[in-house]
Amino acid sequence: MQASVIEVKHLYKAYRSAAGDFPVLKDVNLQVLPGDYVAIMGPSGSGKSTFMNILGCLDMPTAGSYVLDGYAVATMAADQVAKVRNQTIGFVFQGFNLLARASLLDNVALPLVYAGVSKEERHTRARLLLEKVGLSKHLDSHPNQISGGQQQRVAIARALVNQPRLILADEPTGNLDSTTSEEIMAIFDGLNQEGITIVLVTHETDIAEHAKRQVRFLDGCIVQDTGAAIAKASGVDHV
Amino acid sequence: MFSAMLGEAWHAMGANRLRTFLTMLGMVIGVGAVVLMMAIGQGAEASVKRSISAMGSHLFVVLSGPPRMGGARTATGNAPSLNVRDANAISELYGVMGVAPVTMGKGQVVYASNNWNTDVIGTTAEYMDIRGWGLSAGYAFSASDTRSATRVALLGKTVVQNLFGDDGEVDPVGKTIRINQRPFVVLGVLDSKGQTLDGRDQDDTIIVPLTTAQRKLFGNQLPGTVRQIMVQAESDNVMSMVEEALNSLLNQRHNIREGADSDFSVRNLTAIANSAAETARTMSLLLGAIASVSLLVGGIGIMNIMLVSVTERTREIGIRMAIGARERDILMQFLLEAIMISIVGCLIGIVIGVTGAVLVSVFTQAEVIVSSASVLIAFSVAASIGVFFGFYPARKAARLNPIEALRYQ
Repeated sequence: MQASVIEVKHLYKAYRSAAGDFPVLKDVNLQVLPGDYVAIMGPSGSGKSTFMNILGCLDMPTAGSYVLDGYAVATMAADQVAKVRNQTIGFVFQGFNLLARASLLDNVALPLVYAGVSKEERHTRARLLLEKVGLSKHLDSHPNQISGGQQQRVAIARALVNQPRLILADEPTGNLDSTTSEEIMAIFDGLNQEGITIVLVTHETDIAEHAKRQVRFLDGCIVQDTGAAIAKASGVDHV
Repeated sequence: MFSAMLGEAWHAMGANRLRTFLTMLGMVIGVGAVVLMMAIGQGAEASVKRSISAMGSHLFVVLSGPPRMGGARTATGNAPSLNVRDANAISELYGVMGVAPVTMGKGQVVYASNNWNTDVIGTTAEYMDIRGWGLSAGYAFSASDTRSATRVALLGKTVVQNLFGDDGEVDPVGKTIRINQRPFVVLGVLDSKGQTLDGRDQDDTIIVPLTTAQRKLFGNQLPGTVRQIMVQAESDNVMSMVEEALNSLLNQRHNIREGADSDFSVRNLTAIANSAAETARTMSLLLGAIASVSLLVGGIGIMNIMLVSVTERTREIGIRMAIGARERDILMQFLLEAIMISIVGCLIGIVIGVTGAVLVSVFTQAEVIVSSASVLIAFSVAASIGVFFGFYPARKAARLNPIEALRYQ
C-alpha cells in the first residue's frame, strides 16, 4: 500500500466575524495518492479555494488534520511550512503571479533562491525547465512581453523547478482562451504521466475531464468524488 | 542567497529611479551636512589650538596692579609695582621653568624712507623660549646684551614688511633702524606667529633687551620696574601650585597684609586659551548635532517610502511566500533595500560634504579638516538609520498573510 501524498480528515475551517463564526469547510475528508490527478470543482463560495489554500499550506484549518507527504502540517513551525511550500509543493495560479520586474529565467529560478541553491545551478535548472515548456527563446524576456499562455508556462516551469511531489493549480486556465487552455492542460497531463501528483481547481467540465478524478464541492462539503472508486479499486480504504 | 538578495535590492532601487533618488536625497543632504559641519568645526578647533601653542604653553602673566589715584583705580599694568627683582625671586620658585620680565611701549620706527609705528617689547633672552618663538633670520640677543643694554632689535614679520618692503630684496639683518629716533642694529627676524585669538597681529612687534627699553627708550620713573612678568610652569600639573606660590611670594615681597588688595594680578593664559578651545569644540558639536537632525529626517523619509513600497508590492510578497520565502527572507529583502538606499545616499553625501569642505576652505580661507572619524561616524550613523527606519516596514512585509497578499490587487 502506498503512502498518500495528501490525507485530509474531518477538516473544518471557519472565518471569524463580528456576526459569529462563518464555516467555509465542514468535515472534509480526502485522500490523494501519489500519481493521482484530481480536479476540484464547485460553484463560487463552495469552499474549494479555501481548501486549496489549506492544501498549499498558505492557510491553516480551524480543526481536523492535514497530513502532507507524511507530515502533519498543523504542528510545523512557520519556517518548516515555508520549506514545504518551497520544496514539496509547486503552485500554479490563475493570474500567473510572475514578478513583473524579473526576467523569465529569474522568475523560474526564484524558488531555488529560497532553497539556497547556487547561482549557476539555479540558472541551469531554470533554463532546462523553460526549454521543457517551450520558451527557450525567451529566457531574458519579461512577463509583460509574452502572451498569457506563455506566462502560464513560465509559472508551471517555476512550480516544477524544485522538483515537487505535488502541483497545486488554482484555475490555471481561468484567464486563457480555449486553445491555449488545451495546450496548458496538455502540459499538466504530461507531468502527471511522469508521476507528479496534480490537484487543480476549475469551473470548466472539459478542463476537469483531463483529470483522473473529479471532486465536487458544495457548501463546504464534498458532494461527489469519482475517485472513491479508484481508491477502492487500488485497495485503499477511502474515508 | 545573500548575493541574490543584494542583487534584488539593487534591482528594486533601480525600478523607480526618481523615487529612489528623492528618498536618498534626505540621506545625501544629512550626511553631506554632517561631514561639512564637522569639517568646519574641527578646522576652527585646530586653528584655536594652533593659536594656543603659538602663545606658549603653561603660561602665567603677572601684571602690575591697578594704581590707586585717591579712590579711583586706573588700568592694570600702569602702577610701577613689579620689578626685575620680583622676576628673579619668581624664578627661584619650585615648578617654575622660565621667567621673563617685560616692559613695553609704542615706538616710531624708521628705516630709509619708510616708517612704522609698532609695539616695542623690552624683555630678556628667556622670553623667546617661554613664548616658543624662533627666528627666521639672524640670531637672538643674549644675556650680555641685556646686561649692557645694547641697542639691538628683533623685528616681527609685519614690521619687516613695512620697513623693508614685501619683496624680501633687502635683508634686514645687520641694518640699522631708528626706534624713537635712536639707532638700533637689527639682529634677527622673528618667525611669523599669526594672530592672537582676539585678532591682534603678533608679528607687529619689535623685541629689544629689557634694560635697553628701560634706560634708552621709555625712561622709567623708577628704574628697574617692569609692566608684566611672564612665568612658565614646568607642566600643566603644577599650574595651580605655581599660581598659589606666585601670589604668596609677591604679597610677601610687596608687604601686602592679609585681606588687603594685591598690587598685582596673576593671569593664567593657558586657562583662557583652553576655554576658547572648549568654545570651538562646543561649536563643532553643536553644528554636528544640527546637521544630524537632517539625517533623522532623511531616515524618516526612507521609512515612509519603504512603507509605500511594501504596500505596492504586497502581491509580490504573497508570491514569494507561496513559493517558499520564509518570514526572515522577506524581512531581509526589505531591510537590505532600506540599508542600500541609505548607504548609497551616505556615500554620495560624503562626496558632497568633502567637496563642500574643500570649496569652503578655498573661498573663505578658513581652516577646514575632514577627518576620517567624521566620515566613519556619518557612515555608521547612516547605516544604522537604514536598519532602524527600514526595520518596521520590513517586518510589516514579513508578517503579511500570504493569502491576503496574493489576493491584493
